Amino acid sequence: MTNKENLSPEAQEYQAFQQQRETKRPVLLNCLKAFLVGGTICCIGQVIATLYIYFFPFTERTAGNPTSATIIFITMILTGFGIYDRLGQFAGAGTAVPVSGFANAVISSAIEHRTEGFILGVGTNMLKLAGPVIVYGVFSAFIIALIKTILITWGGF
Amino acid sequence: MLVGKSTWLFQQKPVIISTGTVGGPFEAQSTIYRDFDILHEDIWLKQDSFEKAQQKMMEEACQIALQKQNMSENQVEFFISGDLINQITPTTFTAKTLGIPYLGIFSACATTTESLALSAMIINQHGANYILSGSSSHNAATERQYRFPTEYGSQKPPTAQWTVTGAGCALVAKQGTGPVITSATIGKVIDMGLSDPYNMGGAMVPAAIDTIKTHFKERQIDPSYYDLIVTGDLGSIGREIAFELLNKEGLAIKEEQLLDCGDFIYTDDQPVHAGASGAACCAIVTYGHLLNLMQQGDIKRMLVVSTGALHSTLSIQQNDTIPCIAHAVSIEVGSDVN
Repeated sequence: MTNKENLSPEAQEYQAFQQQRETKRPVLLNCLKAFLVGGTICCIGQVIATLYIYFFPFTERTAGNPTSATIIFITMILTGFGIYDRLGQFAGAGTAVPVSGFANAVISSAIEHRTEGFILGVGTNMLKLAGPVIVYGVFSAFIIALIKTILITWGGF
Repeated sequence: MLVGKSTWLFQQKPVIISTGTVGGPFEAQSTIYRDFDILHEDIWLKQDSFEKAQQKMMEEACQIALQKQNMSENQVEFFISGDLINQITPTTFTAKTLGIPYLGIFSACATTTESLALSAMIINQHGANYILSGSSSHNAATERQYRFPTEYGSQKPPTAQWTVTGAGCALVAKQGTGPVITSATIGKVIDMGLSDPYNMGGAMVPAAIDTIKTHFKERQIDPSYYDLIVTGDLGSIGREIAFELLNKEGLAIKEEQLLDCGDFIYTDDQPVHAGASGAACCAIVTYGHLLNLMQQGDIKRMLVVSTGALHSTLSIQQNDTIPCIAHAVSIEVGSDVN
């Protein structure tokens, strides 16, 4: 944050003045909306998983993958028809956190960069938004696994 | 003629003899839909990319401005314009289509008045007889460059603004009938240390205030000289702050005297958060709606101050603040109307 240091008193005064007047994010309302929409998406996922277990030869352990795939497929349709971004504006984290949010990040990038061709456009940019999730997801899983291994080997747990 | 340090007075009174304004489907639902020359139903304009769609809008705006005067491209000496896309390619390709000697400029959303001020200056100094001046922006093209893919479901804060899809162009001439450009004030880059690209209105206010203050000081007039002081795209929040600060600075501006294009263009039903932004925002409101008002005699003098946030995605990611600028141009009714 080196560039923002040493603000002039004039700038500090203006920032304080400005901050009082800008419309704040309705954090509580956003949390509530995120909880309701995110919860609804998870409920739909649960219904789909139960259907897979009931009508197809899946168990509780193996039903996860086809359920995710179904949610991703539905997200693809919603993103393609321009509905998911409107839902995202309403729900915020509610549509960003479930697997559908990850799918939307990949699919919207792929659609957006179609105009630059399949290789340099879609291929290069598809994981532009989802990339950090994968990088830090894998990295944090590695750290947790390391801690677990150390604790089991030396900690005697 | 230079007065003060940064204000030009144009004794030759360059004339805006015609204008062209083009908008997209979202602008067709705006408050000023009647003032457009062309409104498109499709944001792609049947082109392969959003950038080409933007180019097409700019081409149409220029061609309409010429058609209204039964003029052709080769009668125009210069084309001064710019936009928000990397290296202003939509404007450059427009210049290629038009085949007019071209000065490409970048001041983000302040491009409208920068190009108008330069055009007026060149004509005032007998450097040209006709100049096409304008700017364009496209919501989806800007969104994907500065923010996220258009279909990405991110939640925007209430301070965010909606980039206008459109193009506006003015044909400025040495002689003719129409509103005249009487003066211009060139702004300084002002940076108050704000760095939230979702609150550009708040960041740009100090630049607008500085330019407006300088304009009145150097021209030695007071705000009552103008019927309207029009800011570019401060949005609803920025406009409120600007109004408060201008009065605090001792410039007595009435509530109805200060209009912000970004605050004014869209209706309350349109989901635009704090209002509109974009290089075309000030251009389509000024060259469409406001000049029509002037023609009808509702306003006689106005000061147009378009404001620009001169950041890039790179500078924001490297934790830089948002440098802002504003240029002011005063437009008054021509002698033929009086």
